[in-house]
Amino acid sequence: MAVAEAELEAIRPPVRVNWTPYLLVLPTLFFLGLFFIYPMTQAIWLGITDPQSGAFTWAHFQRMSADLYFRDAIRFTLIITALAVPLQVLLGLAVALLVNSRFRGHSAFLYLTALPIGISDLAAGLIWLSIFTERGYLNAALQGLGFIQNPLIFLTYENRDWLLTAIVLTEVWRATAIVMVILLAGLQLIPRDYVETAGVFGAGRWQTLRHVILPLLRPSLQTALIIRTILAFQLFGTVVTLAGRQIPVLAGEAYFWYSIYRSPNVASAYAVLILLFSGTITWLYLRLLRIKEEEIKA
Amino acid sequence: MRLRSLAIYSAALAISAWVALPLVLIAIAAFTPRDILYQWPRPFWPEKFTLDTIRFFLRSTGVWQSTLNSVFVAGLTIVLAFAIAAPAGYAVARFRFRGRDALQLAILTTKMFPATVLSIPLAVAFIRWRLYDTLLGVAIVHTALSIPFVTVIVTSVFIGISYELEEAAMTLGSSRLQAFFRVTLPMALPGLAASAIFTFVLSWNEVFASTILTLNNRTLPALIIDSVLGQGAPLHFRFAGGFFMIVPALIIIFLIRRYLLTLWGVTVR
Repeated sequence: MAVAEAELEAIRPPVRVNWTPYLLVLPTLFFLGLFFIYPMTQAIWLGITDPQSGAFTWAHFQRMSADLYFRDAIRFTLIITALAVPLQVLLGLAVALLVNSRFRGHSAFLYLTALPIGISDLAAGLIWLSIFTERGYLNAALQGLGFIQNPLIFLTYENRDWLLTAIVLTEVWRATAIVMVILLAGLQLIPRDYVETAGVFGAGRWQTLRHVILPLLRPSLQTALIIRTILAFQLFGTVVTLAGRQIPVLAGEAYFWYSIYRSPNVASAYAVLILLFSGTITWLYLRLLRIKEEEIKA
Repeated sequence: MRLRSLAIYSAALAISAWVALPLVLIAIAAFTPRDILYQWPRPFWPEKFTLDTIRFFLRSTGVWQSTLNSVFVAGLTIVLAFAIAAPAGYAVARFRFRGRDALQLAILTTKMFPATVLSIPLAVAFIRWRLYDTLLGVAIVHTALSIPFVTVIVTSVFIGISYELEEAAMTLGSSRLQAFFRVTLPMALPGLAASAIFTFVLSWNEVFASTILTLNNRTLPALIIDSVLGQGAPLHFRFAGGFFMIVPALIIIFLIRRYLLTLWGVTVR
């Protein structure tokens, strides 16, 4: 017997770490470290040190906040985010639910509504410029229907509400697709039995959506909200093609400070600001959504 | 039940129109003769179409070269992203190892990372490393941005291919590497191709980093931003440019439609 046990011991290998996965993961870790973590720390470093002496200074942040465009950039970034993101989530949810209802032709519908994923903010801005510009399609349509004699000018500094409307519409048009895809993937993870069970117990479609589907979809909604909000803070192409600098936004200011005023330091200060905004909003979302869950339990 | 399907179809129709109409309009604008674009009253339908607007765009200074640059950068990005991220994706799919969840979370976080924040400090570093205003530099940043997507899709592709087949090949006497290259890889190719194609779109569309990191060697989006903001390019240039930029994207999204859900569908839990 003792012999057999000894043999077993010999067969069972000592706990050994398999290094293969670590080796395979190493290039990614190295690359992300070099091109994500290094630039992030470097952005902060550039924002708070003097380019000549390397000494600590608030000068760049002061220059940034003293700039005429600074307050407007923060204000408009937040306004656009607050208007566009909820609309994207609502419309994205509607499209995802429609696709998930599997009506005839739903796959063509999915492809069509997912198309904007392949369209850049720059191209989307140019597309909507063809609609909102002075001799654009919107004026052509209004004139054709007999509402106006002369073209209305939508994209002008005097009419910032229209500028904002154009930007928000473009953003909703372009980025709803991403929200939709995230939510649709989430919807498909929900087992069909749950919905059927709710039906068996007499829940209507609306009740099923409200009390079964939406709570189960919460992780996806959370992801969609966080991704879209963070990307909204980086808004650049859409805004500069439709409004130039008439609607200043944070990423746009970073660009102007870097390439026109040739100040990487102030541009970095803006980058740090965007980073802070993104971090804060993620934290807020995670907190707020968690508290809600406890309310439901209680 | 009738009413419900009527509601579904009308909603689907309305949303389809909302998505498709701007695409149709920019296509019309890109083929509308120049003088009609500036005419008032502006006709909605131009009666006759022309290639002049597109031709004008393609012949503008730098457009052709920057298109080639964009394609080159995108190609390089695909190569780099695969060389770096595909092994990681394979590891996550095939091995249970300590730190696997943390790695997946880290990769997901980088997907949300602001490209804006990366570009400016990297421009400063690239000047020092002699990568500023080079296509390689742009490709490196695009690689960093596409690694999360490549890892996620490669993982899902390999999870979809049963490991038993690989094991069977190994019991029949092939080595682990042979089993991978002869058995698993051929089956993984369509999925890998889809993620390569998506990487292409990502790079082709990227605006901010390429604008910041180049000066003379512009990619197409950087050139368009420059000519719109710097030189106030005419409207017909902008419309033709917008149309030209979305054409490859439309074809490509069609090619990878099966994988759309995988690309974005991973959620934080």
